[in-house]
Amino acid sequence: MIWYIVRRVLQGIPVFFGSTFIIFSMVFAMPGNPILRMFGDRTPTEAQIAALEAKFHLDQDFFTRYFLYLGDILQGNLGTTYAGQSVNEILARTFPTTLRLALLAIIIQLIVGVLAGLISGLRKGGIFDHATLLITLVLISVPVFVLAFVAQWFFGIELGWVRPTVGQGAPWQDLILPAIVLAALNMAYVVRLTRGSVIETNQMDFVRMAYGKGLSRGRIIPVHILRNSMIPVTTNLAADFGILIVGATVTEAIFNVPGVGNELFKAINRHDMPEIVSIVTILVIVYVFVNLLIDLLYGVLDPRIRYVKK
Amino acid sequence: MSRSNPVRKAPRYVAEIDEGGLGAVDAVRVSDRKSNLWLDAWRDLRSRWMFWASAVVILFIVFVALFPSVFTSVPPNDQCYLANSDGGPEPGHPLGFTKQGCDVFSRIVYGASTSLSVGIIVTVIVAVMGIVLGAFAGYFGGWLDSFLMRIGDIFFAIPYILAAVVIMSMFLHERNIWIISLAIGFFSWPATARILRSEVLRVKQFDYVMASEALGLSKVRTMFAHVMPNSVAPVIVISTVGLAAAITAEATLSFLGVGLPNNIYMSWGNDIANAQQSLRTNPMTLIYPSIALSVTVLAFIMLGETVREALDPKARAQR
Repeated sequence: MIWYIVRRVLQGIPVFFGSTFIIFSMVFAMPGNPILRMFGDRTPTEAQIAALEAKFHLDQDFFTRYFLYLGDILQGNLGTTYAGQSVNEILARTFPTTLRLALLAIIIQLIVGVLAGLISGLRKGGIFDHATLLITLVLISVPVFVLAFVAQWFFGIELGWVRPTVGQGAPWQDLILPAIVLAALNMAYVVRLTRGSVIETNQMDFVRMAYGKGLSRGRIIPVHILRNSMIPVTTNLAADFGILIVGATVTEAIFNVPGVGNELFKAINRHDMPEIVSIVTILVIVYVFVNLLIDLLYGVLDPRIRYVKK
Repeated sequence: MSRSNPVRKAPRYVAEIDEGGLGAVDAVRVSDRKSNLWLDAWRDLRSRWMFWASAVVILFIVFVALFPSVFTSVPPNDQCYLANSDGGPEPGHPLGFTKQGCDVFSRIVYGASTSLSVGIIVTVIVAVMGIVLGAFAGYFGGWLDSFLMRIGDIFFAIPYILAAVVIMSMFLHERNIWIISLAIGFFSWPATARILRSEVLRVKQFDYVMASEALGLSKVRTMFAHVMPNSVAPVIVISTVGLAAAITAEATLSFLGVGLPNNIYMSWGNDIANAQQSLRTNPMTLIYPSIALSVTVLAFIMLGETVREALDPKARAQR
């Protein structure tokens, strides 16, 4: 197990360097002079330009600047926005809310998704099965912002069950609707994966054996079938997480959740390039890190993965 | 076995074993219909309503995208009068007006071509990059394989919408269909490359590949002539679903504010984002483009799904 962890962590290192390098190169290739942009319609003097270039290391070459940038990220210094706010502060303020929203969404998608997948897998070909397959198809097709708007309009405005936008401090009850919307897309994948894998497990010899020796369904289904069907769902959590990041940006913008995604949305609309890049970098790093964690978890769940020879 | 088909026996050089039941097993029925992966898939597809439904919807959307003026005589952006702001349906304007007083129906009709163009360009970029890189990695193996796949891992680690957000933020003033398609496509090829690579690894063990090299064809020629055509089937499936994802991505980027400029391109994502202001007063301006977008995406996903099941003998047998 320890070697599996070491190998997987080592594999993550080039991905970390590569992805930050790509983001850095994209920004480096950006047209226009950032110093002139800071001055707006005024013209800076030669000395001012030189001083600012030295301050922001713009006089250094490409690779030196990349490592300076990397050093800043690793030390947790994410720079400032155009307005002079520290991105660290913004993230510290907004991250907890996004974390709560994401956790709620993951819990909803796992509970509802696994239950629906289990039932439709056990009763393959039944009405419930057909209905869930159709609903998941629709959920996969409807873009998250459409779903968010429709939910906001229907539950928030037409029925008035919940507040259409999230209030001060983002209390849990306001986060439920955004979390359901955020969970919906991944839920469809969870349902389908669970269903497929339940159908497969259900035909395994050990399940027939369990029925044969007279175990009750109440024991076979959770212990024998469900546990063995969870592996593909766990693997897919990594892909889910990518969808979750993008989905959170959209959902937070629509429901006005004071989270990281909403901050990114505002930065995009202010054309605040430094803030956009900082937030995207952090999200990508979090994504790489979560992928690593999920892979390690996968190794814990499925011993076969640990012993694969390269 | 009452059909009187001409039966050709496989030649035997040892002994006649059995003229009865077992012999029939070895017999090749010459008049049997020709069969291969694509023919089988087509026979399966044409018997399924989901295939026909999605095909009809897609053909209809393609027709709308090519000839929008057949469906509406109102130009999408020219006759926006604030007097019509949030107006209801009236003759000639079946779906009413947006907050800016533009015709909703006309914007939806003209938006079809934007969505489809982005979808198709992204799909072509992703398919070409994915097929070429995946085939080289799988067929040549070795350090090239490791190198290409590690690059793929890196690109895979960046959610493509986030990458597109950065790219589109850089191109503030010259956003167009090509740039948004490149921004989406450039970060979504690794999935296709991985799938093609694993398929190439399977195909390259077949005898015809060895035969081709033994007969003197170069490795590259063999790859293009024999390995690639036999390993693209899964790419077709992922491309269909990818087209749907690209359409969603374009709409999402437009919604986030880094999409296509609203005054030049009709984009369903922009329409939906702009209708947000009228959510309380005129929700239908939001619902109509949402329906157009969702139905288009649904059609491509349904098509991809039916084609996947048709190409996969295991899935066909399970049904």
